[in-house]
Amino acid sequence: MPRVWKFGDSVNTDDILPGRYAPFMVGEDAFPTYAFHLIRPEFAAQVRKGDLLVGGRNWGLGSSREYAPMALRRLGVGGIVAASFARIHYRNLLNLGIPAFEAPDVITELHDGDEIEFDLNAGLITRGAHTFQLTPPPEFLREALKEGSILDYYRKHQKFPGER
Amino acid sequence: MSLPRPQTMAEKILSARARETVYAGDLAVVEVDHVMIVDSIAQSVIAVLADLHATPRYPERVSFVIDHVAPASTVSVAQAQKEAREYAAAHGCLLFDVGRGICHQVLMEEGIARPGRIVLGSDSHSTTYGAVAAFGTGMGATDIALAAASGRTWLKVPESVKVTLTGDLRPGVTAKDVALEMIRELGADGATYQSVEIHAGDRFTRGERMTLANLCVEAGAKAGLVVPGGEILTHYGYEIPDFVLPDEGATYVRELTLDLGALAPRMSAPSEVDNVHDVADLRGLRVDQVFIGTCTNGRLEDLHAAADVLRGRRVAPHTRLLVIPASSVVMEQAMADGTLLTLLQAGAVLGTPGCGPCMGRHQGVLAPGEVCVSTSNRNFIGRMGAADARVYLASPAVAAATAVTGHIALPEDVRQEVSA
Ligand code: SF4
Repeated sequence: MPRVWKFGDSVNTDDILPGRYAPFMVGEDAFPTYAFHLIRPEFAAQVRKGDLLVGGRNWGLGSSREYAPMALRRLGVGGIVAASFARIHYRNLLNLGIPAFEAPDVITELHDGDEIEFDLNAGLITRGAHTFQLTPPPEFLREALKEGSILDYYRKHQKFPGER
Repeated sequence: MSLPRPQTMAEKILSARARETVYAGDLAVVEVDHVMIVDSIAQSVIAVLADLHATPRYPERVSFVIDHVAPASTVSVAQAQKEAREYAAAHGCLLFDVGRGICHQVLMEEGIARPGRIVLGSDSHSTTYGAVAAFGTGMGATDIALAAASGRTWLKVPESVKVTLTGDLRPGVTAKDVALEMIRELGADGATYQSVEIHAGDRFTRGERMTLANLCVEAGAKAGLVVPGGEILTHYGYEIPDFVLPDEGATYVRELTLDLGALAPRMSAPSEVDNVHDVADLRGLRVDQVFIGTCTNGRLEDLHAAADVLRGRRVAPHTRLLVIPASSVVMEQAMADGTLLTLLQAGAVLGTPGCGPCMGRHQGVLAPGEVCVSTSNRNFIGRMGAADARVYLASPAVAAATAVTGHIALPEDVRQEVSA
């Protein structure tokens, strides 16, 4: 069963992947193994496919480095729920097709190590008898995510969602 | 139809480039004037372009800048930079190679960032272009590749925070201190998704305006736009289109006034940028390294401020002082006017124009437990090296005074030391 990895407020891109472990510094194969290297060194070895990251306010502040969320995707992270996201990082998540939900109420209910089931496309998280409903993203993002990501949408339509 | 409502700077610039009137909250697809790609992201951008079977639609509007790890430190870095160079040459994009300088400084010096333009950078501090009323914003590799391929991007038109500066700075207080105070007031996520619109009147040089706009991203902002005034109107020959000036009566989500006269030199303590204190309260902490440089404070006026403190003095024996000019132009000017000699005679170590150790990859990475005072813009855990190294952010004058005493200090502490 997927588990919850709970983090606090202001998890920045240097926390997610320090700049010196960028793919062009340590190689395409190795960089994901440095995810959360400084703040949670056991993460990369223990995370399992489909696990859910839960953060507080301003998740992903800092650098524009897309290889930070790319490391999470490569490790199989299934989605991120946070009280709020920093904007460049949020765009990167959408471009990579990593489901990201803002849910300040729900995060307080989730604890590190919780075993859960979730369907982020439907916006549902279940833990035992509890079900948590997430607010769906705005229309143009849903349009994009139907194709997989904004990149996939552009590839197919040669325009951006909502563009006339 | 209702009459058009007054607009903020962000709304006006984005309306002009979306060719329709848009307001905060609207989704806009805008034309992009320039796309800037740094060395560390180049391979990813090239890979997305290849995946799209696309090449830059307007190659002359795309630049590659080799600045983050320049010159290359490892074979894999060298390989990434080689691919960026080859791609630029093959597709007719601009290339600013090793030693030309930090991307944001270079785009300003080259006149690529200009009033009213939309400039996207694969680097979060692309808000810097707001210094000249360009809508500059940072994006990740996929967004940047899409913008290069299409010549456009999508944006949610941001709400704006209006920051009004009043009064005059006291001697020894700088634009960096104003920027840090602004970030403290706003908080690290206080302007997320928003544009910070700075009303500075005729105050501040272009370089100082760059410092202000640069730090806006540390409050989460999408853009940091400084209303044109002072030397932006009189120097550089910029054409100032009407649509970069905010309308009277525009709607702001928040208004903030900073009284510059009340400000003392400020310092951001580890490990979040909005953890801002008076330098006087942190005075005396022993420092291993001082770094003067970066897109925030590596310009000629910053080196002058440091040289004024360091002239005729020596860096403390237990402290290293690294100075890295923001660009080759800055380096030449600082060499021609003797500033570099002053710094070298004081014991500074000089680096190649570029980012240096700002993001902890080369040229001055910190050992465990070390303390650094830096003129840069981020002090996150591990940013400049070891996880428990600590980075304090300050102005060049404070950094220079700290280098002399080897402990966090104010410029006046150094001057008193000599007269005493
Ligand atoms: S100097 Fe630092 S903040 Fe500026 S672009 Fe380089 S790494 Fe980024």
